[in-house]
Amino acid sequence: MKLLEEKIFKALMLISAFVIIAVVGYILFTIVSKGIGSLTWDMISKGPGGGFYLGKEGGVLNAIVGSFYLVIGAVIIALFLSIPVTMYINFYLTKTSFFAKTVRFSFDILFGIPSIVYGAFGFAVMIYFGLKASLFGGIVVVGMLITPIIMRSLDEVARFIPRDLIEAPLSLGATKYEMIKILLRQLMPGITTAVLLAIGRGIGDAATVLFTAGYTDNIPTSLSHPTATLPLAIFFQLGSPIEEVQNRAYASALILTIIILILSLSARYFSRKLSKNKV
Amino acid sequence: MIRFRLFKDKTARLSMLGITILSLGFLLLIGIGLFYMSLPILREKETWKLLTSSNWKPFKGEFGFLPYIISTLHVTFIAIIIALPFSLLTSIYLTEYATEKIRNFFAPIIDLLSGIPPVIYGVWGTLTIVPFISEEIAPHFVEFSSGYSVLAGGIVLSVMITPLLISIFCEVFGSIPKEMREASLSLGATKWQTVKQIILRKSMPGIIAAIALAVSRAFGETIAVLMVCGNIPIIPSSIFDACYPLPALIANNYGEMLSIPSYESALMMAAFLLFIIIVIFNAGSRLILNRIERRYHV
Amino acid sequence: METVNLDQVETILENSIIDIMTHSDIINPHIRVEGLNLNIGENHILKDVNLSIPSKKITCIIGPSGCGKTTLLRSFNRMHDDSPNVKITGKIFVDDENIYDEKAQVISIRKKMGLLAQRPCPLPMSIYDNITYGPRIHGAWQRRKLYATAKHYLSEVGLWDEVKDRLKASPGHLSIGQQQRLCLARGLAVEPEIILGDEATSALDPISTRKIEELFVTLKKDYTIVLVTHTLSQAKRIADYIAFMYMGKLIEFGTTDQIFNHPQKQLTKDYISGYFS
Repeated sequence: MKLLEEKIFKALMLISAFVIIAVVGYILFTIVSKGIGSLTWDMISKGPGGGFYLGKEGGVLNAIVGSFYLVIGAVIIALFLSIPVTMYINFYLTKTSFFAKTVRFSFDILFGIPSIVYGAFGFAVMIYFGLKASLFGGIVVVGMLITPIIMRSLDEVARFIPRDLIEAPLSLGATKYEMIKILLRQLMPGITTAVLLAIGRGIGDAATVLFTAGYTDNIPTSLSHPTATLPLAIFFQLGSPIEEVQNRAYASALILTIIILILSLSARYFSRKLSKNKV
Repeated sequence: MIRFRLFKDKTARLSMLGITILSLGFLLLIGIGLFYMSLPILREKETWKLLTSSNWKPFKGEFGFLPYIISTLHVTFIAIIIALPFSLLTSIYLTEYATEKIRNFFAPIIDLLSGIPPVIYGVWGTLTIVPFISEEIAPHFVEFSSGYSVLAGGIVLSVMITPLLISIFCEVFGSIPKEMREASLSLGATKWQTVKQIILRKSMPGIIAAIALAVSRAFGETIAVLMVCGNIPIIPSSIFDACYPLPALIANNYGEMLSIPSYESALMMAAFLLFIIIVIFNAGSRLILNRIERRYHV
Repeated sequence: METVNLDQVETILENSIIDIMTHSDIINPHIRVEGLNLNIGENHILKDVNLSIPSKKITCIIGPSGCGKTTLLRSFNRMHDDSPNVKITGKIFVDDENIYDEKAQVISIRKKMGLLAQRPCPLPMSIYDNITYGPRIHGAWQRRKLYATAKHYLSEVGLWDEVKDRLKASPGHLSIGQQQRLCLARGLAVEPEIILGDEATSALDPISTRKIEELFVTLKKDYTIVLVTHTLSQAKRIADYIAFMYMGKLIEFGTTDQIFNHPQKQLTKDYISGYFS
């Protein structure tokens, strides 16, 4: 009886593990098989041409480049915020500090806030200041979205900096600021992993940029221009009744998936390196 | 020289502190800002009525959030019901039964699953789940379903929250000391009995916290759900009916209807609702998870 | 009639000849600890420690683990500053300046002392940058000078010939003994007056340990050296003076000969003869 139960549940576990793998496979298979047919060189090397939305020629280069502009800007903002915060709570405050705990806690919560709330709030603020949907607006809002992501994974590695490494520069008479500059070198692989994860999250998020970044067929040349983004390109093309345009949505989805795949794998690579590289 | 270095140190410290306080204030700022912007509608109508009325006619100035709230709850409930057994069983398998090799094989899969953008899930859902529901499942139960339904939203969401659940479950199970397992096993219990009586019981708070986090993630998910739910503002009468969750309401209408002031305010109130519920769920579960000592990296 | 054993006579005689010294007999101490008390939360870790460390000698602090010897050593360069819940009262004078005075500048105090930790901890930068890091933060910038500094101190620890061809390489590839000597050289390069060693050889193999010990012996002509050690044999080999601590108190201080051959306190006697450790 005991053993039967054991067997049943073990079988159930194996089944659910397989189901999960199968679902991942199924998602990838669907995206690849649907997208590969329309994935031409033009798709990634050209912007939309005339009549693109009626099924004529062109590609989504505007969205690819727009997404990268956006996410690079957002990562810069996020690093500018999250590095000082992490350094401050880990190396200026003590482990038991109430303030540090509060900061961590509120970042945990910021991390859980959905992107649509960031998007709606960001856009409301933009309207308040009379700003139009633009690359700049998108960058700021996506920056807000990924700051907690970067901060949390940075905090994770900063906590495990060995005490010796903190004390070595201090015992040489370094100030805390000088010590932190040293520690940042040690944290480099951790920062890289965090940034890659955040890029993945930022580049794929549609709800934040839906209102704030706008959409355009051109590659933006200034921060005040609106910009296209890949997720929205997929979303809008999919809404078209014309089959060619829908197929392009699938191809765009494939492009985005490949980008995410590369980011995810390299993040894993760097985090492995991180665990090996401990001095 | 020393004075200059100390000055630099002090400047650095103060600016870091400044940025820290700034970002701490950001959470408050969002909350207050959203509340402030939903004030017009809250002043105009009774809050209770807004939440319990199902009349949504923005052009006539009627804003009943009930269909959206019910839709959100339905979709989330289905997502949790589907995702929970799979992720619980898989996590138990990974922490208690699987070899190191299998675990290493699984890690990147979970990574990938959590890394896939919502819009891709949406595409996948419209391509596979929606037609499957309309052609294979729904005909057995109802006369007609387009497939864009509560069920479709629930299924897509369940896949999206699975990686979140698995990674927290694994952390929670992993935090249970080895000695407890060994004690139970040495009394002649089978592995499953140990899991059932020791691991699951001990991890109850963690499991609940994980579910709360997953619920709040599901509440806020926008694009993927919007793409497969149908978006009709009615209270769904079956899981094969279309529905219209709160985030989808914001996404579809905000930015376009700004000429009607109370409409904008109503959408802001929707955002505020989402914000408050999610903050509460998050705060609660983070408090529990932080108490289980380890840090959770989700 | 009691017969007196000849051995006993000898001991009695010897005892009367030997000068029993305490720390207050040290003239011109380099570090002087006065009434030092240290609490971590509720725990009283150091209890009213009074101690004088002689200049340009090797002083070893010994005692069973948990006796507070490392805590004492780390209070010399104010390494407890950032630990939560640590409360320190009392005074520590270095060169007649109280380092716990409000006006004292912690970075200048630390510059006076090189700390050698239990395990070598190279900074995440090249060998050359490791050595020159200290001088650079303290204001040196001329390339030629920095190079000379690096060469001088690497030679002083006997590492120059081993690493001169790979100064730009990461120290991660050095052996652990070499890394520890690198850390010593890095500490020396800020031109301290005092070297603090916190069980600095406990992670090393016997040969590397011997090398570091020999270094300490040569370095004492220029530096005051304070070492925490849990191996009595090491103290016996290289110490000039020994401080024995137990349960947060300084039990006995004296020359190596005095502590090992004529301990005054029963506790010291028991510890030296290995009744407890």
